[in-house]
Amino acid sequence: MEPIRVVESRTAVLPRENVDTDQIIPARFLKVTDKAGLGRALFADWRYGPDGAPRADFELNQPGAEGCAVLVAGDNFGCGSSREHAPWALVDFGFRAVISTRIADIFRSNALKNGLLPIVVDAPTHARLLAAPGAPVRIDLEACTLTLPDGVVVTFPIDGFSRHCLMNGVDELGFLLARDAAITTWEEGR
Amino acid sequence: MRTLFAKVWDGHVVTPETVDTPAVLYVDLHLVHEVTSPQAFTVLRERGLRVRRPERTIATMDHSTPTLPRGADGRWPFADSQAAAQVSQLETNCAEFGIELHALGQEGQGIVHVVGPEMGATQPGMTVVCGDSHTATHGAFGALAFGIGTSEVGHVLATQCLLQRRPRTLAVNVDGRLGPGVSAKDLALAIIAKLGVGGGTGHVIEYRGPAVRGLSMEARMTLCNLSIEAGARAGMVAPDDTTFQWLAGRRKAPTGAAWDAAVATWRTLPGDPGATFDREITIDASTLEPMITFGTNPGQAIPIGGRVPDPADEADPSARGSLERALKYMGLQAGRPILGTPVDVVFIGSCTNGRLEDLREAARVLRGRTVAIRTLVVPGSQAVKRAAEAEGIDRIVRDAGAEWREPGCSMCIAMNGDRIQAGQTCVSTSNRNFEGRQGTGGRTLLASPLTAAAAAVTGCVADPRRVLER
Repeated sequence: MEPIRVVESRTAVLPRENVDTDQIIPARFLKVTDKAGLGRALFADWRYGPDGAPRADFELNQPGAEGCAVLVAGDNFGCGSSREHAPWALVDFGFRAVISTRIADIFRSNALKNGLLPIVVDAPTHARLLAAPGAPVRIDLEACTLTLPDGVVVTFPIDGFSRHCLMNGVDELGFLLARDAAITTWEEGR
Repeated sequence: MRTLFAKVWDGHVVTPETVDTPAVLYVDLHLVHEVTSPQAFTVLRERGLRVRRPERTIATMDHSTPTLPRGADGRWPFADSQAAAQVSQLETNCAEFGIELHALGQEGQGIVHVVGPEMGATQPGMTVVCGDSHTATHGAFGALAFGIGTSEVGHVLATQCLLQRRPRTLAVNVDGRLGPGVSAKDLALAIIAKLGVGGGTGHVIEYRGPAVRGLSMEARMTLCNLSIEAGARAGMVAPDDTTFQWLAGRRKAPTGAAWDAAVATWRTLPGDPGATFDREITIDASTLEPMITFGTNPGQAIPIGGRVPDPADEADPSARGSLERALKYMGLQAGRPILGTPVDVVFIGSCTNGRLEDLREAARVLRGRTVAIRTLVVPGSQAVKRAAEAEGIDRIVRDAGAEWREPGCSMCIAMNGDRIQAGQTCVSTSNRNFEGRQGTGGRTLLASPLTAAAAAVTGCVADPRRVLER
């Protein structure tokens, strides 16, 4: 996966609560056996009308949302299904970070494995971001800081291991495979 | 003094968590299905890895599979070539990597969370994972069971382990006893409504108290299954005699002296008296009515005799906006009773409510009555289907004018061609009422098998207790 150190981008804002992974990518797009090109299915039922034309009222269809690498969403983003197709679709679409007041556990875990940085902020910070779609932010993963459009800098929590993996584009499988001897010893000792 | 969760967690830590690294947690049972596994097998091939413990891995197919029987030409009526290819890929992967597969048409096939327990593979004290959020179901046996993503499916295939941070614990104490016509599904919906859809985030739930002790294994599975709908990755019930009686004699359960030894170990699993939780809530089961959802997440549920909430009563602007949006999508009017809402389709099945007891409950309502609307009854597994047919439930369903299908996830996730049309309303025994979950533009009301069957015979939202009196 692509390493993340600094993300500088305008924000796309989706001010809806409890955005579930069925909305992020509807189930009919899960019949694939690879992960390529899922960005086309991102938010498919919100992005497109029944005729396939983009819906003018959907936030990510606004001109300012194009090319944004940072998604600001309402509370409890990514709830529901465990489908990793959700972060695959978000990353394929161009997002590198998602900001909310709460991010669902399985989605968060999946995001971390795909170079998508999940950032949880407090309610006042969230409110400022929601109020300023398209405004520029800067994320510094090494410093764990988020610079808001008005220049105010806030810190965000992320555990050291996840941060290390994201910054170096390392996947966890290598770490686990390196523990093979410990796993064998443990299995034998049961 | 440790909780049930702590005992199971501690018993599977290969290397402990540190400030810098998560714990390496051993997985006893890995369940695999066609939708969330293909990309994981691709990673194994790319890296030249084998499956570390094929004997701890069981695969079946359920999401993309047709629920209509094989055609006269011997072919399965897949929704499209992509679904057929996905199922075929699982067969290839299992053959290549030596994994036990319960394929379409075979007697062990069914919804992954129905077949694991019924073959006795899910046992108390185990860690169980699957690339599916409803893996929480297996917690009914006192296992620590949770859903994982496809990358993690690859991790478990290759190493039999996962990297995990220890979650917090949440006790849900259920006092009293459920009344007639009120089921585990209603209890679960009431708990989710109380916690909120994100309320369990970061926690493992333990369901406790006399009402939970009084539940059958199948009811406990329904309860644990829905833990994820409150945001909790796992839900657990301490194993007891109900658990052991249900497991005894199942194909993968221990036998003879090994069984006695296993039961002795399992009896040590319940939390120690005085063990504490990070959070606790209490709910009184005896005050509950049948529940039904009105909105677009499982926390938006009300008692069947209740009224659709009014956004004007919601103080928080963001929550008000969510509620307004949900009611608009659902085509429901604030303040109106939910009873009498017209329904177009009824779905009875899924990993939440597709077991034998669920079908028996539905049959209680359908027996001697006729459905007013399209009604699909989909057994959770081939074993459930055979057992139901042995009792004549298929006959009751068909005589009522409902469809009796082959096992699978079916209209819960609408990947296999079983779906509702835009604008249609479906009372469903499944687990998610998200927008479009049962078909683009479709509207879902989640309820128990009794309530769903009551809607089937009346054509509208109805109180099953009243329908059964007629």
